[in-house]
Amino acid sequence: MTETLLSYEDVLARFDPALGLEVHVELNTATKMFCGCPTTFGAEPNTQVCPTCLGLPGSMPVVNAKAVESAIRIGLALNCEIAEWCRFARKNYFYPDMPKNFQTSQYDEPIAFNGYMDVEVDGETYRVGIERAHMEEDTGKSTHIGTTGRIHGADYSLVDYNRAGIPLIEIVTKPVLGTGAKAPEVARAYVAQLRDLLLGLGVSDVRMEQGSLRCDVNLSLAPKSSVEPVERRPEPVEGTTLGIRTETKNVNSLRSVERATRYEMQRHAAVLSEGGKVLQETRHWHEDTGVTTSGREKSDAEDYRYFPEPDLVPVAPSREWVEQLRTELPEPPHARRARLQTEWGFSDLEMRDTVGAGALGLVEETIAAGTAPQAARKWWLGELARRANESETELAALGVTPADVARVQALVDEGTLNDKLARQVFDGLLAGEGTPDEIVAARGLAIVSDEGALGTAVDHAIAANPDVADKIRDGKVAAAGALIGAVMKEMQGQADANRVRELILERLT
Amino acid sequence: MSARGADKRTAVELTEALASGETTSVEITSAALDRIGEVDGAVHAFLHVDTDGALRDAAASDARRAAGKSWGPLDGIPIAVKDVLATRGLPTTCGSRILAGWVPPYDATVVARLRAAGLPILGKTNMDEFAMGSSTEHSAWGPSHNPWDLDRIPGGSGGGSAAAVAAYEAPLAIGTDTGGSIRQPAAVTGTIGVKPTYGGISRYGLVSLANSFDQAGPVTRTVLDAALLHDVIGGHDPLDSTSIEEAVPALVEAARRGADGDLTGVRIGVVRELGGEGYQAGVLARFEESVELMTKAGAEVVEVSCPSFVHALATYYLILPAEASSNLARFDAMRYGLRVTPDVARDGAEPSAEDVMRATREAGFGDEVKRRIILGTFALSSGYYDAYYGQAQKVRTLVTRDFEAAFGQADVLVSPTAPTTAFKIGEKVDDPLAMYLNDLATIPANLSGVPGISVPSGLADQDGLPTGVQILAPAMADDRVYRVGAALEALLAQEWGGPLLDQAPALSLLEEGEE
Amino acid sequence: MPESSEHTITRDEVAHLADLARIDLTDAELDHLAPQLSVILESIASIQGVAGDDVPPTSHTLPMTNVFRDDVVRPGLTAEEALSGAPEVEQQRFKVPRILGDEQ
Repeated sequence: MTETLLSYEDVLARFDPALGLEVHVELNTATKMFCGCPTTFGAEPNTQVCPTCLGLPGSMPVVNAKAVESAIRIGLALNCEIAEWCRFARKNYFYPDMPKNFQTSQYDEPIAFNGYMDVEVDGETYRVGIERAHMEEDTGKSTHIGTTGRIHGADYSLVDYNRAGIPLIEIVTKPVLGTGAKAPEVARAYVAQLRDLLLGLGVSDVRMEQGSLRCDVNLSLAPKSSVEPVERRPEPVEGTTLGIRTETKNVNSLRSVERATRYEMQRHAAVLSEGGKVLQETRHWHEDTGVTTSGREKSDAEDYRYFPEPDLVPVAPSREWVEQLRTELPEPPHARRARLQTEWGFSDLEMRDTVGAGALGLVEETIAAGTAPQAARKWWLGELARRANESETELAALGVTPADVARVQALVDEGTLNDKLARQVFDGLLAGEGTPDEIVAARGLAIVSDEGALGTAVDHAIAANPDVADKIRDGKVAAAGALIGAVMKEMQGQADANRVRELILERLT
Repeated sequence: MSARGADKRTAVELTEALASGETTSVEITSAALDRIGEVDGAVHAFLHVDTDGALRDAAASDARRAAGKSWGPLDGIPIAVKDVLATRGLPTTCGSRILAGWVPPYDATVVARLRAAGLPILGKTNMDEFAMGSSTEHSAWGPSHNPWDLDRIPGGSGGGSAAAVAAYEAPLAIGTDTGGSIRQPAAVTGTIGVKPTYGGISRYGLVSLANSFDQAGPVTRTVLDAALLHDVIGGHDPLDSTSIEEAVPALVEAARRGADGDLTGVRIGVVRELGGEGYQAGVLARFEESVELMTKAGAEVVEVSCPSFVHALATYYLILPAEASSNLARFDAMRYGLRVTPDVARDGAEPSAEDVMRATREAGFGDEVKRRIILGTFALSSGYYDAYYGQAQKVRTLVTRDFEAAFGQADVLVSPTAPTTAFKIGEKVDDPLAMYLNDLATIPANLSGVPGISVPSGLADQDGLPTGVQILAPAMADDRVYRVGAALEALLAQEWGGPLLDQAPALSLLEEGEE
Repeated sequence: MPESSEHTITRDEVAHLADLARIDLTDAELDHLAPQLSVILESIASIQGVAGDDVPPTSHTLPMTNVFRDDVVRPGLTAEEALSGAPEVEQQRFKVPRILGDEQ
C-alpha cells in the first residue's frame, strides 16, 4: 500500500503537530498482576498459568502488592499525583488472547495522574505532560498459522497464555504541542528518557525488542492558521482545537518512534492538503518498509462498557506509604545527567549527543568498568553508533556490552590493540565470535612488537621512498607520516604507530 | 433397595451414630446413593452423581475414624454441591449447555474445605442456568421437581440442592444465593437455607453470576446442621479479595442456644415493605403465626420501615445483568466448553474465531441467559451507564442505609421468604417479570451483603405447600440468624410435633404408586 | 443520552447489543426480545431519580481497601491441566479459528 506523503518542509510550513504517546510497560515482578504465576520470559507455552490467568469459570483475582508499589513509584518519578482511592475496572471486549474477554484495568480512577517529564532535544527542554499512569494486565500471545505468518490470511491461530496477566503500567501523555519540526525527535526522546527512568527505578526490563516496553504514537495535525485557508483546514475534534488523530501501534524501537511520527505527519498533511479528511483509526507501523497501514477504524461501535471490577476492593495507598516511596526514589534523570556531566567533564554538546543517542546508561556502565570517559564516549557515539545506524538497530540492541567496550579500550591502553585493530574486534563481537580476548586471539589481532620484523619493514619503507627519507634527514620530521603509512601497510595494521615513528626517526635523524 | 427407605436422620444425628460406632460413613453414603437411585429419576435434583468418589471418600473417612484421626465434626457426612462450584475432576456445568463436559482442573475453596473436613461429595445438583432463575426451569438439563409435589418447582436457582435435601437424597447440601437462590428454594421445599454475610464464605471457584451479590451457604434440614456446615466452609480465604478477615462468630453455639426457644430480650423487626400486596394469603398467615410465636417466646416485636426496598428488585435487575454480561463473556469456545462451528461464515470464508464465538454463544446459552446478557450489555453501554447501572449503585446505598436504620431498632428483621408457595412447572417460565417477583423479599439482603436464613413456617392453607420465614441480621452477625432461626424452628416443631418435612408425602411410595 | 422517559429497546438496538455481546441471535429471537426487554426496562427504569447526586454509589458492600498479595510464586496448573478442556490443542497451545481484526 503506497500512501502519498507531503515533504517534511511543507508539513511544517502549513501544520502544527500534536503528539500523544501511550507507553505500556511490563513490570518485572516475580508474579502476575492478579495471581501467583511466574512471569519468566520465554517459558514453554501454557506452563505459567493458573485458573485465574486462564480465566477459568469461578477463578478470582488478587492484586500483587509489588505491582501497586511499582505503579506508585512510576507515578512519583513522573511527578504525578497519587490517587488516595482508586479502583480497577473491567474493559469489556472480545479477543481470543484475552481469557476473560475483559481486561482488568483502570478507567476513570488511575492510580497516578497529572504529572510531567521534561525532555531534552538539541539543548531545548520540552515539558511532556503526563495524563495518567494506570495498572492493568497483559494478554496472551497468538501465533498465526498459515502461509503469511501474519494475522491476515492465517488459517488458524495458536494461543499461549503465559503472558496473560503480567502486570502492565500504561503511561499516557497529555497532547504534546509546540514541538514543530522536532515532533519526531521529541517523541523519540520522551520514550528514550522514559525508558531510562524506568530502568533507574528497576521496575521493568524495558526491552522494546521483547515487548516489555511498547509504544503507541498518537498524532494529529492542526493548521497554522496564518497559512491554511479556512476551507482547507482539517476538521477539528469537538471541544478542542486539535485535528483528528490516528493511533499508530507496533512501534517497537526508539528509531521507529521517530520514523513513525514523521511518516504520519507527512501522510496526514498529504491527506489534508488535498482537502481530505483523516480517518480516526488505528494504524500499524511496519518497521521493515517504514510505513503505516490502516487497522481497524475507531468508531462509536467500540464500546468497552467499563464498570468497577466487583471482584477487587479499592486501592487506597496511605500517604505515609506514598511519602516513604517518594523518599526512596532514585535520582531523577535530569539531576543524574547534570551529575554525570560534571563527573565526566563532558561539554554540553558531548552530553547532549550522548543522551540523544540513548547511550547515557551504556557510557556510564562502560566508565564504571574502568574506561576513561572520553574513550567510552568515543566508542559508543562513534564507531558503535555508526554500526547501529547501518544495521538500523538500537545501540543497546547491537550485541556489544559496556563490558566489551571497556575490555577493548583496556587492550588499547595496554598497547595490545590500536584503534584500527579495535574496530576489527568490534567486527568480531558483532559477528558473535566471542569475547574481545577470544577474538584478538582467534583473529591474531595483537600489535606486532617483534622489533626485528618491525625494523625490517621500516628499512623496506625507507628504501622504497628515498625522497621522503631525504626530507626527514633534512629535518622535515612531519614527512615521517608517509613512511609510517607504508610500514603499517606492510604490517597489515598490526603495529603500534608510535613505535614505528620512533624507529624511523632513530634511523634518519 | 427401597426396603431401606429414606434415611431421615439429621447430620447431627448421623455424626452421633458415627461417633458411637453404630454406623459408618460408607453405610450412610451408600444409603444416600441408594436413595438418589430410587427417587432422583422423579426429583432430578442431581446433574451428576459421583458414586465411586463418594464411596472412596467415605471409606477413607471410616479409616480415619478407626485410627482416631477424624478431621472434624462432619467427617464422613455426605453432601451434595450445587453445580455452580468448581469441583476438580467432577463435571461442572452451571446448568448450561455451554459448559457441557467441562471438568475443572481445580476445586472451589468451599469444595476444598468440604474435602478437607472429610465430607464425601455425592454429586452436583441442578440449578437454573448460571443461577439465573427461581425455579430450575432454566436449567439446560431439565427442571428439578419439588418433593412435596412433583408437578411443582423446587425454587431456584438452587432448586436441586433444596430438593435433594428435602427428598432425603443428601443430609446436607451447598447452595449459592445471589438474590435468594438458597432461601427461596428452602422456603418452598420446607428446608433450611442460609445466605451468610457477603465475604463470609469464599467465592473462589464459585462461577460468578453477580459478583457483589453471590454467596455460597448451607442447605440443610435443621438450623444446627446449617451452623455446623457453615463452620466448615466459612472463614477468610486469601484467594478471594472480598473475603472477610475477621473470624466467623460462634454459629454452632448460637444455634444450640436458640434451640431452647427462649427469645427474651431479642428485638425483632417486621419489615413493613416486605409483605402485603403481592404475597399469597397462606404465606402471610403462616408468617404472622411465626411472629406471634416469637412474641410469646419473649421477643419484642417492632415494625420497621425500609422505604427504598421497593426499588430493590429494579436495582437488582440492573446490576445483576450488567455484572453477568461481563462474567459470561469468557464462554467463547476458545479455551473450554462447547464449540459450535457455523456452516457458512459471514464473509464466505472459513469460519473465524468471531463466527465461532457468536454461533457457540447463540447455541450454548438459554433464553433467560441471553435475555440478561443483552439487558446487562445495554445497562453498561456508553450513554446509558449513568442512567441505569450508575443509578442502581446509588440506590444500593439507600438500601444499605435503610438496613442500618432498621438494625438500630431491631436485632433481626423478619419477613416471609418468598411471596408464594411453589408454583407449577411451566406456569411462569415465559413471563420473566412474574418470575423475578419471587425474589422480592430476598433481594435486599444481597444488595447490602447482610446474612439471612429461611426457616419453614408451615403449610399454606390454599395448597398445603411449605412456606418460609426469612430472618435477616446485620453484616457479620450471622450468629443472630442461627439463634433466632433455631428458636423459631424449636417453637414450630413443638406446635407440629416434629419437623415440617415429616408432613411431606413419601416419595418412594409415590414412586411405587406410579409403577 | 437517551430520553429518560423512553425506556424502550428497538429491534435494531437489540441486534447491536447482541453484536457487542457476540451472540448470533436469530430473527425470531430479535423479534421476541425487543418488546420483552422493553417491558423489563420499563419496570426497572423506575429507579431513575430515586437517589440524588449526593448519594454515593456502592460498588462493594464491604468497607475494605488494599487487599494485596505478596509477590511470591504459587504453584499453578500444568500445561496438560490448562489445556484439558480445550476444544482443540496444537503445539501445547489452544488452537482457535482464524482471528479477524488487528494484531493486539
